[in-house]
Amino acid sequence: MKVSIKRASGFVMYEVDLNDATLLEVLNSIKTEQDSSLAYSSGCRSSVCGSCSMRVNEKEVLACAYKVQDGDVIEPLKNVTVIRDLVVNMDKALETNKRAKTWLQSYNKEAKLTHEDEKTNALQSDCILCGSCYSACPVYSVNEAFLGPFALTGVWKYVSDKREAEPKEKIDTVQTNGVWDCTLCNECTLVCPQGISSKADIEKLRMKSTMAGYSDPSFAQNFGGGLSF
Amino acid sequence: MITDVLIIGAGGAGLTAALAAKDAGASVRVLTKEYPTRSQTCMAQGGMNAALGNVSPDSVEEHIQNTLKSAHGQADEEAVRYMCSEAPNAIQWLDEIGVCFSRTADGKIAQRKLGGASAPRACYAQDYTGLKILHTLYERCLKEDIEIHNERYLLDLLTKEDGSICGALILNIRSGELEHHFAKSVVLASGGYSRIYDKYSTNSTASTGDGIAAAARIGAKLLGMEFVQFHPTGLKNSSILISESARGEGGYLLNSKGERFINELAPRDEVSRAINEQILAGEEVYLDIRHLGEEFIDENLPQERKLALLYEKVDPVKDLIPIKAVAHYTMGGIEVDNKSQTSVSGLFACGECANHKVHGANRLGGNSLLEIIVFGREAGKSAAHYTFCDDKSKNERTCKKETNFLDKLKSFSNEIDFYEKRSYVGELFYKKVGIIRKESALLQARKEIQLLKEQLPLMGVKDTGKVYNTNLVEFIEFRNMLDVCEAVVSAALERKESCGAHFVQEEQ
Ligand SMILES: Cc1cc2nc3c(=O)[nH]c(=O)nc-3n(C[C@H](O)[C@H](O)[C@H](O)COP(=O)(O)OP(=O)(O)OC[C@H]3O[C@@H](n4cnc5c(N)ncnc54)[C@H](O)[C@@H]3O)c2cc1C
Ligand code: SF4
Ligand code: SF4
Ligand code: FES
Repeated sequence: MKVSIKRASGFVMYEVDLNDATLLEVLNSIKTEQDSSLAYSSGCRSSVCGSCSMRVNEKEVLACAYKVQDGDVIEPLKNVTVIRDLVVNMDKALETNKRAKTWLQSYNKEAKLTHEDEKTNALQSDCILCGSCYSACPVYSVNEAFLGPFALTGVWKYVSDKREAEPKEKIDTVQTNGVWDCTLCNECTLVCPQGISSKADIEKLRMKSTMAGYSDPSFAQNFGGGLSF
Repeated sequence: MITDVLIIGAGGAGLTAALAAKDAGASVRVLTKEYPTRSQTCMAQGGMNAALGNVSPDSVEEHIQNTLKSAHGQADEEAVRYMCSEAPNAIQWLDEIGVCFSRTADGKIAQRKLGGASAPRACYAQDYTGLKILHTLYERCLKEDIEIHNERYLLDLLTKEDGSICGALILNIRSGELEHHFAKSVVLASGGYSRIYDKYSTNSTASTGDGIAAAARIGAKLLGMEFVQFHPTGLKNSSILISESARGEGGYLLNSKGERFINELAPRDEVSRAINEQILAGEEVYLDIRHLGEEFIDENLPQERKLALLYEKVDPVKDLIPIKAVAHYTMGGIEVDNKSQTSVSGLFACGECANHKVHGANRLGGNSLLEIIVFGREAGKSAAHYTFCDDKSKNERTCKKETNFLDKLKSFSNEIDFYEKRSYVGELFYKKVGIIRKESALLQARKEIQLLKEQLPLMGVKDTGKVYNTNLVEFIEFRNMLDVCEAVVSAALERKESCGAHFVQEEQ
């Protein structure tokens, strides 16, 4: 079986004698038996640590959950700087969590979560921060400062949680480079290994924003002048 | 600039320690060789113990008694009492910072029963307890603006002339440069060492015992290194964990003849030994959950179905799952007192790299997540306190000149492939220092490890690149693993009698 991997020097073809193997198993075999200079990240081997996300045939996958096919083309994630081979620097992407304030700001003592409430954000809290959605999002080619899919999903996680006493503050935070900058293209949803739809979460945040008195700024600009006669 | 508290490791233990130290007023810096959310803590599924009695009556005293019993006389009762009494507070704190625990119909935190517990005591978040705790702690660290440096690898700890700690020598994996991080105190939270069993381990590839080896090199005492817990249900080919809840929910263990051979809910060490005996007798061993039905499996064990399909090509709804018992948790580690202080002044340790004497010879499921929160906090507080109150932390901070392994490594000849040796050590340890131990086998294993240590200069790295050289990092990990292996096999040789996870068989 042959795979080609994007490295600093360009694409390199490797031949491995493994059947029905995950991409991570293939990378490990290349690393330990053929070419110890190949760089990639991994950890859990079981799809929960988010270390091994990369692109196969231009689609984001977790290497430990993807079964290799002959002729696959392996590349690092997009929208982040490549450090070496398949290893990217996630610092800038992770910084979006900090800017978006994805944390519980203030604990509401009165809140009593029920079994039903638990379901409202169970899916969002399954995020493993693999960055696949970030890589797939087209907005980054035009706006580097976009808060982006996983951070906005993180915001929805707390906005929808009854234990958060100050959800309004979270809504305020995501108005610039946030909810209105998303094109709702759904690319993030298609690649998420955890079945999370950041697009859907962003739509819900837009609704909350409207309820809080905000509106789409591009919309406001376009029609702003026209109505005042 | 010198930090008050330097924390090495950003799993559940390290992040909790960081929050506690910062809360106590210290300046804090956290280093990890991965990213915080990639730490092994994310892999914990089962739950975290606290006697809340939310589902059926329970008491802290029962939690204490269960823990002491499982520890086979090797735990410190005071430490166990403290951990179990703090458990309800720990859960409340996690709830207040936003962990999405599963709930009961009446709005309490749901609890389930894990092995060795007299009541449903493990609080959980579906299949993802560790993931959700770790991510919430990370988010809390963002909120508190805690300084975290990713992809920084601890090479060695730095000490002063008087033997007390003064910082750490770090390899910046990205740039390939060495960095000195000076600090008044250091907290090690670098995780366990089950990866010495290589492919016979459920653990993350990062659990290579680096912190333990580095601490031992500066004279910190290790304790209970022979106690390695084997989990009964690792997948046969990949050793990936199939959660204990599969048996808890009614799964059977079968041999090739289709016979059940052990009470599936007996303690982990007993079940592991029974599985091992079957395998040594030439049987295959399977986990059978077919009778639970597709709907139940998809609702309650979705991850297990996914992993069995992916790694063993079997569908648990209609097929048997091939399994074997594999290394899962290491009870041993750096010896600490109740304040998480090691035998080196200014060096603290918490989490799986430390031995707080709460698990003894056998850990109960759900007690590790509890330990990392309760003692993570203790370690952070104690380290902060040390920097404010201990004169040693104020002494002249000139560190002794370190001997640098990276410099030495430049002359290594690279005649022997260390990757081959790494898997060889895994096989060796699984067979000779594994579920069942015999003195002759232990002696042989020790000899082989010592030989490999001597041969290290004949190994080395092939990749000479500076940037993100994982070949180099893996070689340094291998060096640490050999040190840890030696400590494990020596401790096993010293303990002549069977005790918990350390099971000795007479020579024939
Ligand atoms: C599959 C699985 C399931 C489990 N299920 C449960 C469960 O249900 N309940 C339970 O209580 N326990 C469970 N455990 C055990 C529990 O998850 C671990 O014991 C616990 O998470 C350890 O936490 P820690 O913070 O000590 O270490 P880790 O989470 O392993 O973190 C170690 C940190 O140290 C860093 N580090 C290591 N070496 C270096 C170095 N040289 N330089 C810099 N940084 C370094 C790593 O990058 C990482 O950040 C499970 C374990 C596994 C593997
Ligand atoms: S839906 Fe929005 S966040 Fe998702 S990929 Fe498209 S633009 Fe990015
Ligand atoms: S939302 Fe999905 S794709 Fe994005 S980081 Fe989280 S798990 Fe990965
Ligand atoms: S190795 Fe952890 S997600 Fe793939």
